[in-house]
Amino acid sequence: MDNTLSFTKPLLETPFHKRTFEACYNNDWYRWAGYKIAREYSNTELEYTSMRNTAGVLDITPMHKYDIKGKDAIKFVDKLVTRDVTQIKPNQVMYIIWCNEDGNVIDDGTVFCFDKHHLRIFCAERNLNWFSDTAIGFDVEVKDVSDSIAALAFQGPLSCKILHLLNVKNIENLKPFFFDNFNLNGSKVTISRTGFSGDLGYEIWCNPEEAINVWDSLFKFNRDYKILPAGMNALEMVRIEAGFIQPNADFMSAEQALRPNRMRTPFELGMGWLVDLNKNYFTGKRILNDLKKKPLTKKLVGLDIQGDKPAIGSVLYDKNRKEIGIVTAGMWSPSLKSNIAFGYVDNHHMKIGSKVFAEIYHPEELEYKKIWAECLVVKKQFFNPQRRHKVPADI
Amino acid sequence: MSKSIYDVAIIGGGHNGLTTACYLAKAGLKVVVVEKQSYVGGAAVSREIHPGWTYSNCSYVCSLLRPEIFRDLELSKYGLQIIPYEGSASMLDDGRYYAHYNDHDLTYRSIAQFSKKDAEAYDRFGKDVMRQCKIIKPLLKMTPPDPTSFAPKDIMGLFDFAKFFAAKDELGGLGEKEIYDTIRFWTMSVRDYLEEYFESDIVKAHLAGSAIIGTALGPYSPGSAYVLLHHYMGEVDGTVGAWGYSRGGMGSITKAMAASLEASGGEIKAGSPVNEILIKNNKSYGMILENGDEIYANKIVSNLDVKRTFLKVVEKKELPEDFYNAVKKFKIRGSSGKLNIALDDLPIWKSIPEGDPAGTGDLHITQSIEEMEGAYDDWKDGRWSSLPYVDMCIPSINDPTMAPQGKHYMSVFVQYVPYNLADGGWTEEKRLEFGKHVMRRIGNYSTNFNDIINHAEIRTPKELEQEVGLTEGNIFQGELTMDQLMFNRPIPGYAQYKTPIKNLYMCGSSTHPGGGVMGAPGANAAREILIDLKKQINTHYI
Repeated sequence: MDNTLSFTKPLLETPFHKRTFEACYNNDWYRWAGYKIAREYSNTELEYTSMRNTAGVLDITPMHKYDIKGKDAIKFVDKLVTRDVTQIKPNQVMYIIWCNEDGNVIDDGTVFCFDKHHLRIFCAERNLNWFSDTAIGFDVEVKDVSDSIAALAFQGPLSCKILHLLNVKNIENLKPFFFDNFNLNGSKVTISRTGFSGDLGYEIWCNPEEAINVWDSLFKFNRDYKILPAGMNALEMVRIEAGFIQPNADFMSAEQALRPNRMRTPFELGMGWLVDLNKNYFTGKRILNDLKKKPLTKKLVGLDIQGDKPAIGSVLYDKNRKEIGIVTAGMWSPSLKSNIAFGYVDNHHMKIGSKVFAEIYHPEELEYKKIWAECLVVKKQFFNPQRRHKVPADI
Repeated sequence: MSKSIYDVAIIGGGHNGLTTACYLAKAGLKVVVVEKQSYVGGAAVSREIHPGWTYSNCSYVCSLLRPEIFRDLELSKYGLQIIPYEGSASMLDDGRYYAHYNDHDLTYRSIAQFSKKDAEAYDRFGKDVMRQCKIIKPLLKMTPPDPTSFAPKDIMGLFDFAKFFAAKDELGGLGEKEIYDTIRFWTMSVRDYLEEYFESDIVKAHLAGSAIIGTALGPYSPGSAYVLLHHYMGEVDGTVGAWGYSRGGMGSITKAMAASLEASGGEIKAGSPVNEILIKNNKSYGMILENGDEIYANKIVSNLDVKRTFLKVVEKKELPEDFYNAVKKFKIRGSSGKLNIALDDLPIWKSIPEGDPAGTGDLHITQSIEEMEGAYDDWKDGRWSSLPYVDMCIPSINDPTMAPQGKHYMSVFVQYVPYNLADGGWTEEKRLEFGKHVMRRIGNYSTNFNDIINHAEIRTPKELEQEVGLTEGNIFQGELTMDQLMFNRPIPGYAQYKTPIKNLYMCGSSTHPGGGVMGAPGANAAREILIDLKKQINTHYI
């Protein structure tokens, strides 16, 4: 892996590239934060199925990782995010979002607590600039450690079993949203019971030098259990089923939106449960306090759509054919055998059980079939199996 | 002895009985399912009869289950997951194998090894069959209209029937030529149908398997092409004709249905064989169980096949003579056997290399259509086939829940096996000899098969009848031939899930649209009952 700057090679390769390149039969690469990540290795349907049936391995090295070190580490994160993180304990993980001063969401991510003077934030977008500005006045150092940590997501009902077979001690008792250090087949790794699939799953963090051993280990029992490397297409499917939203897909990050009316508050994203207005001051609190008292004009909701044609890019209407919103992500869910989507609706249609209509343009042999489909407003979390939460996890 | 009262009581907890029950319970009715076995599922069951292994004891793969039913009954929430196939293959005597993959280009190259022309023809075949599937799909969900009736419902139904037949919505209408094609397809033999497309023996043999599975027809028998269509009209996530494994075996389907039923307030009484349906003045009003318990219900629904319902459970005196005679003549002939085998290792095939996705789906042992017809000739003579058509699969390669680590479960479906043997009846020795005969045939294509067999469950049509209750062990609850399909299924004049007895309905595979783990008969029956009770529910199906 040679990642020296070269104008002929604009994209970086992750420490897993030797393996992902071999496995990526389709040679179909996706750009993620300047890295090459497989979009589809050979068959999205099977890669998706692995995460619901056995386990899938995803290279998530391009995740941004920021070390927060210093006396004020917790205070700083508490100022940054909408949730109360002051009670975070070592080895605990919290799901967090952060907003700008106008209460618009910049990004979401997770924060890991190593000890009260050392936290680490993982997120999809670059945030060093925002974090550094927020850190002014705190006794804290924010450092981008993105390139020094290799990361895999290992997601699916067999993920714990495979780690157990690899003698990762006591892995089954690691609770959701906790992490610890483990020995994985000779490599020192950090494993968290977190992930983007909505299923039982882990994220494995290691030194780049350990990357190949960690990757190979996860496939060690493949004669018995078919573990597959999974690409971004498959990840997109599981994350929609799980009800996880993506910046710059389901909403524009407040740091990146050119048009202010494209920014979204946590309430509009259905993330009000992450906003604690009783905690100490945090960025955006004043406006969010005001907004909380006002009715929402739009909200991102889950949609259960009639028929089986995905409503990708559909405009949403009320029963009088008045435009009320759009679909941000939609798919036929192989697990639920349902036509599901996320979409924005107006304030008359936000309640669970409301009915709206989607105009679906379904391509059929060089012509579009126009479908007028009834949609039921439902919770965004479509798929949430018991095994995801079980402690000890299934081995 | 207890007495209990319900709105609807369903006899038989197979996938159709449970489907009917779920829809009725969703409509707010007080529903009970009574099942003779101590577990529900009928022929869609997974059981651990050999410690550590889960067998799909009867049906073994899933495609036909209507996705709308899956969705309405929220089967995912109750643990059901379908794992798509990655390929299929037929093993040849000369050491080669013929394979299909879900990669189109790989399939083309695989077929081209045998015939380049056939490799192209396969696309045309696929397109034509897909078109037929699209025509038939809306018919599955319809209650067949009675062509002899002048009731507005039937006249409207016939009109809808014609409309779907002309496929106006989906396909822009069929031309005259295509209507002829459709009628030919529904009536001709699979051998003749495939001859119109392919030249290579193995291509034809591989495809013809779907036309003989479960039926007492041979590939040369008129009507066998329809059976192929019946096996192609399912889907996995929009891929028409695709098959998959039900995670945890086929019992996961009915376990999820049972959980869905209980979540809607329905009840299941397992281990409760029914002795008698109570009928007075030509109206059914309840039943007496073997243990003496009495169940009273406004509507009684039978998930048993039509013969079992009206020759075994309902008394002859309650039935019109012509109906009784028609039931007696209903064709429901056992022709299939099933082996469930626990393996200590993966079989090593002489032809298919380990890791080839073709080896993870359905594996056929057949050399030609002629060989399959010969296998049928044996059945007609009252013997199991000397060269049986074998459709086997190893679900544990893809499904981690079926066998201990490193071990495997193999499902082996065998065609043909008679219900009655010419040389006297079935005995325990003959059943074992039949099993050995099939295992010898499989062993010929493997270098280690004989050494890795840990346990085998051997089932002839007799066992299927005794355990599941399928008359003669016919897996479809009655032949899928034109004289027994649509408005003729099961009995002309009684194709709308109703029976000559008032308040007694049928919901099993004996009714339209027939066999397979589809759920459509059950859902259609539920719709008819809801119409009669003037109830409505929100559904993607009805």
